[in-house]
Amino acid sequence: MSTPFDNIKTVFRNAEVKPQRQDLYHLSIPKEQLVALVTHLKEVEGYLHLVQLTAVDWIEKNQFQLTYILNNPTKRLDVMVKTFIDRDNPTMDTIHHMWEQAATYQRELREMFGIDFPGSPRVDKPFILEGWDNIPPYRRDFDTKKYAEETYFPRPGRETNDPKEYMKKKLYPDEI
Amino acid sequence: MQFELKHITYGLLTLFIVLNYGLILQGIMPKIAARVGRRYGIRWYQPYIDIIKNHAKRSKITHGIMYYLGPVFRLSGGIGLLMFMPVIFGSPYFGNFSFAGDLTLVLYFQFFGVLGMALGAGESGHPHSAIGVSRGLSQVTALELPLTLGVISIAMQYGTLRIADIVAAQQGGIMNWTIFTNPFAGAALMLSFLGSMGRAPFDVVLAPQEIPIGPPTEYHSGFLGILQLNRAIFPVAKLILFMNLLYGGATSWPELFIKTFFIYLWSVFVGVAFPRFRVDQSVRWFLGVPLLFGIIAILLI
Amino acid sequence: MSKSDLEKRTVMSPDGEPIEINPLQDYFCDAHPKVHEPVLPIFEKFLNWARSESLWVLGFGTGCGAIEMRPLMTPRFDAYRFGIQWRPTPRQSSVFIISGYLSVKTLKRVIRSYEQMQNPKFVIALGSCTINGGMYWDSYNTIKRLDHYLPVDVYIAGCMPRPEAILAGFEKLKELIRQGKGEGANLYAQNFDWYKANQKKIIKDWDMPDYNW
Ligand code: SF4
Repeated sequence: MSTPFDNIKTVFRNAEVKPQRQDLYHLSIPKEQLVALVTHLKEVEGYLHLVQLTAVDWIEKNQFQLTYILNNPTKRLDVMVKTFIDRDNPTMDTIHHMWEQAATYQRELREMFGIDFPGSPRVDKPFILEGWDNIPPYRRDFDTKKYAEETYFPRPGRETNDPKEYMKKKLYPDEI
Repeated sequence: MQFELKHITYGLLTLFIVLNYGLILQGIMPKIAARVGRRYGIRWYQPYIDIIKNHAKRSKITHGIMYYLGPVFRLSGGIGLLMFMPVIFGSPYFGNFSFAGDLTLVLYFQFFGVLGMALGAGESGHPHSAIGVSRGLSQVTALELPLTLGVISIAMQYGTLRIADIVAAQQGGIMNWTIFTNPFAGAALMLSFLGSMGRAPFDVVLAPQEIPIGPPTEYHSGFLGILQLNRAIFPVAKLILFMNLLYGGATSWPELFIKTFFIYLWSVFVGVAFPRFRVDQSVRWFLGVPLLFGIIAILLI
Repeated sequence: MSKSDLEKRTVMSPDGEPIEINPLQDYFCDAHPKVHEPVLPIFEKFLNWARSESLWVLGFGTGCGAIEMRPLMTPRFDAYRFGIQWRPTPRQSSVFIISGYLSVKTLKRVIRSYEQMQNPKFVIALGSCTINGGMYWDSYNTIKRLDHYLPVDVYIAGCMPRPEAILAGFEKLKELIRQGKGEGANLYAQNFDWYKANQKKIIKDWDMPDYNW
């Protein structure tokens, strides 16, 4: 099957192309070649718009997945460029020279996941959490419920239901 | 002119009547504007409650002497404007302290309050108050031009700088009013009047929600109460000035109330019909058509 | 202004003399709030009536709830007829509406704004988020109980309370003020140390004076 990314495979042999929808493709690439690939996509293929830059914590594999979503406004195509980085030493090359707004995404990732982007402007400034002194809160080993209960004076008497059990009881009372 | 106790008493009485009239106008006019927008609007006595409440605040802080003087300047600007004008024409009592050159003095008082605010706001230490004050001053400066031209034209027309004489010359029928005998000066004055009332479309400098950096930002409690008193007196004083210059003055209090009410209504009508100008737009607007009217008025006299 | 501008340091004056500056002390006052006792009962009753009929709301939206305050100005609900008006600055306003969840970062600004308001001041808290955390009950960054940080006069439950509920809350607040129970500012001054301790427990980079007026 031919995809719009066939010619990319000739340049970046390590790239894996996986069609997701007609207008959305996944590209996986090793960490070292990611910036080159993104540059290629922007300058040559016309993916001018950075939609999002986000991360996923794969704690079981001890990896972070970084996802760059790019959009090509003339061809109406989206592409998700994925790469995996080591969870114990999370650093990544910055792309703020291509899109200035990437610096803000990177600042957020630095705060929420602890992924460092050396050279990105103001990356060490607090973004939302001012004076945070725990492990970054979006990492999956951070127990947000426990932290909230210890820190924020929970009001006694509050009831919390497990949504699954609660809706089961409400919708199908006979089956229990 | 010699001072008598009588003068002071009647001066205070004028002040009292004007203050109450101003407060009621302040309640009624937003109500009219609200009715245009199909709202009930505030209660007509709301300004009274607001003033009581502001004076009832228990704590206040200060930023230095000029900070105190800001509201005082402003209030004295309003009272001064009122006191040096003949309020009721022909009445020996409510002529107050008007004298031969009062027209120039009154023009000066127009500016006095804003300058006072500039001093006070500068002292308050609010980092953006300079922006707010300079916006206000630039708009007032722009509207002063057509206003002054119109006033000079009227002064030339009647050959006097005394407001009482100008009023006297307009007696004897509607067609003697300046607005009919000197329509270009009248137009220039009425257009600049729109700006000086601080209603839409020229209320960006005052608009509290739009730009929280206007001059009164830092004023609170009693200080704000004084400013509110002035906000009641000053418009009425201005209304009386315009009534005297253009609409033949008033010979009794009821006549004054009716005339000033309709002059005020003119600015409310324009206000509810037009959206806001930015400061640069309003400056440009004042330097356009109103200025042209003012120049024509000077040339035609 | 960056954070390093606020630190205590020595600078060179134009004459070449070293001077010590401590911006937090020089620009702000650190005096504790004072308790202002009510005056004569009869007089106070009248003043309380005036206060309750002229509620000036600080326009500060914190959470989702801010969106439900806008309809109050529209012809449909028209809060102006109850003497409720919106003011742009904390100095002039007397009611602070905390409209929904508060992140720690916002709480810091809320405290500063609250302390700048002048003495009879009232706090209305909207939504279940301010009561017990609401749907952000397990969030790492939003507070759960507002009354640990500020004295709250009226809570309005709901997620989100409708504008009618907010109007009812205003009526309740008026009642409280008329009964002389709207003394939140004095409460804050009396229990100042407790409130400050709670605030400082969760605001970890405290970089402002303890009291900002
Ligand atoms: S109570 Fe509901 S509507 Fe209000 S802030 Fe919380 S989540 Fe938002």
